[in-house]
Amino acid sequence: MLKHNSFVGWLMALPIMAVLVFFLVLPIIMIVTVSFWQATEFSIIPAFDLENYEFLFGSNVTYRVFFNTFKYAFITWVFTLGIGFTVAYFLAFHVRSLTWQIVLFLLCTIPFWTSNIIRMISWIPFLGRNGIANSTLISWGVIDEPLDWLLFSDFAVILAFVHLYTLFMVVPIFNTMMRIDKSLIEAARDAGASGAQILWNVIIPLAKPGIMIGTIFVVTLVMGDFITVRFMSGSQSANVGRLISNDIALLAYPSASATAVVLLLTVLIVIGIMLRYVDIRKEL
Amino acid sequence: MTKVSRRNILKGGAAFAAGSTLGAPMIWAQNIKDVTLRQFGTGVSNLNDVANKVKEDLGFTLEMTALDSDSVTQRAATQPNSFDIADIEYWICKKVWPTGNLQAMDTSKIKNYDKIVGIFRDGKLTPTSTIAQGTAPHTVGFVEGPGGKEFVDNESGWMTLIPTIYNADTLGIRPDLIGRPISNWSELLNPEFKGKASILDISSIGIMDMAMVVESMGEYKYPDKGNMTKEEIDLTIGIFTEAKKNGQFRAFWKSFDESVNLMASGEVVIQSMWSPAITAVKSKGVPCVYQPLEEGYRSWGGGIGLSAALTGLERDAAYEYINWYLDGWVGGYLMRQGYYSAVPETSKDYMSENEWGYWFEGKKATDVITSPTGDALAQAGETRDGGSFEERMGAVACWNAVMDENQYMVRKWNEFIAA
Repeated sequence: MLKHNSFVGWLMALPIMAVLVFFLVLPIIMIVTVSFWQATEFSIIPAFDLENYEFLFGSNVTYRVFFNTFKYAFITWVFTLGIGFTVAYFLAFHVRSLTWQIVLFLLCTIPFWTSNIIRMISWIPFLGRNGIANSTLISWGVIDEPLDWLLFSDFAVILAFVHLYTLFMVVPIFNTMMRIDKSLIEAARDAGASGAQILWNVIIPLAKPGIMIGTIFVVTLVMGDFITVRFMSGSQSANVGRLISNDIALLAYPSASATAVVLLLTVLIVIGIMLRYVDIRKEL
Repeated sequence: MTKVSRRNILKGGAAFAAGSTLGAPMIWAQNIKDVTLRQFGTGVSNLNDVANKVKEDLGFTLEMTALDSDSVTQRAATQPNSFDIADIEYWICKKVWPTGNLQAMDTSKIKNYDKIVGIFRDGKLTPTSTIAQGTAPHTVGFVEGPGGKEFVDNESGWMTLIPTIYNADTLGIRPDLIGRPISNWSELLNPEFKGKASILDISSIGIMDMAMVVESMGEYKYPDKGNMTKEEIDLTIGIFTEAKKNGQFRAFWKSFDESVNLMASGEVVIQSMWSPAITAVKSKGVPCVYQPLEEGYRSWGGGIGLSAALTGLERDAAYEYINWYLDGWVGGYLMRQGYYSAVPETSKDYMSENEWGYWFEGKKATDVITSPTGDALAQAGETRDGGSFEERMGAVACWNAVMDENQYMVRKWNEFIAA
């Protein structure tokens, strides 16, 4: 009977297994394999050669670019977390009626009905030298000369990232907050805890899984991005995604694969470290 | 129908076509209607108007795919069965030809071959011209025979690409925001334009613009800009990396539209640019000049190549298409955008006297000059930036090129972008 059950279990898991093997495991195996190959301008030569990795780790550009990638991920994380947590907290604890919670939540999602690229590119005329931001600031007398660092700078890149990805923080945090038993907060208040203490000792610990899920979303999305960095920095900054896309454009698939493998491992390590602090499965 | 008989018909057809000004309907008109040719290339000449006109004049279907230069090279080199006609640049041809994915074309089947300008045949615009540095089109334009792998330095009768479109590129400027004459490439790195300059982020073309600037600054004189040594690449990119760190550049651009937006919005006042981008900025009512410079132009040329897999009726149709291409309608269309046609004299029939005078002869416009889409580009009395065909194409300093040290250059270019 037990044996039979496990057979049925395997059978039920088969479709998702098949999908994962075909669309996740096999492509990754392929990328890892190709990363050891060699390429000339026109042909890819199957081989087992560490040259791609040697070049990657031997070039100080790689370290600079990885540093840049982490920098973007970290700063974006700080801002999305701050904004996302505040918005979720407001929605979950300050808005009392369920209807209004739903209405306001949907309001947050409206900008996401348009594509990522459009939301990103619409910043460009806004932040430009003669854009709305600069002309408004000048007309208010705050500045005399247009601010050049508003566009095509790290500021612009991070602004776009925060704009694009804050919702990924709001949703999971809001979700976990909604499931916090309100009587816990009342109990804390009855026991004499201040608002800050309730936030720190009750709400944040209970919202941790949501924070962690949001963090994973934001960190992986930012670390894997290339198009936002290209457009918002005016092609002047690079992250790992851009290294890979440049390699692909120049037919250097093995070198692109090697960079992709290193990026994948880096992201997995980062997530591994984060999961040591919060056991998502236990707390969901 | 066997191959032999088809070839006979083709000869007859070619003779018949030669007798008329238009590509006249061929004897196999019934069969050719079913032919579909797949053409891909860079955006400049992959125009839907051309495909529509082909259907109208020749009867067969031309499917167009427009890609950027890198993707074009990639596709021509790695997916020979995905296309019938490759519309590529000459430096791409140098990279792709050794793969054997393209077939040489018999010039005796090209009825306007004798009228093709000298640049694409012996390399000389006029008998006294000197040949510019870089991958000059005639150096990769011919092979010794149908299966030839090596380029030859004479008009062998077998062409790798049939030239279709070319131009001389220079820097674009915003005269209203600069307010003084610009006459040297070195102005791109002039600290006066700090934070207001741009260069294109396509390594193979960008490096040539850089070389023009470095030479103009008097930093170094290249024996051959089109084929730099590693030390020369380091030097060139080093100078630009320094400038980038000092904040000289506002942005780099990769696509045509980006260059138009940078210029039209005033983010950038001086940058590497392509001719139709100038046209696009002007048609928004923003002043923009394609500034002729003392050191000369960086030039490029494109042509049509046939896939090695193309045989039989499809190949006949392709030759028919090429003959039609050189017959003037496309040439006129392209010249009204500011490009040049490989057989300028046939284009004359498809342009008004005013247009021909403005675009080709460098004369003052006698009436409003409009683009093929109807936007006004110049008013009566204005002349084209850089002047006539001979003045512009005669002042070419180098051709777009692919270097022996290409891979090294690309890695250095990546470092420049990441710096």
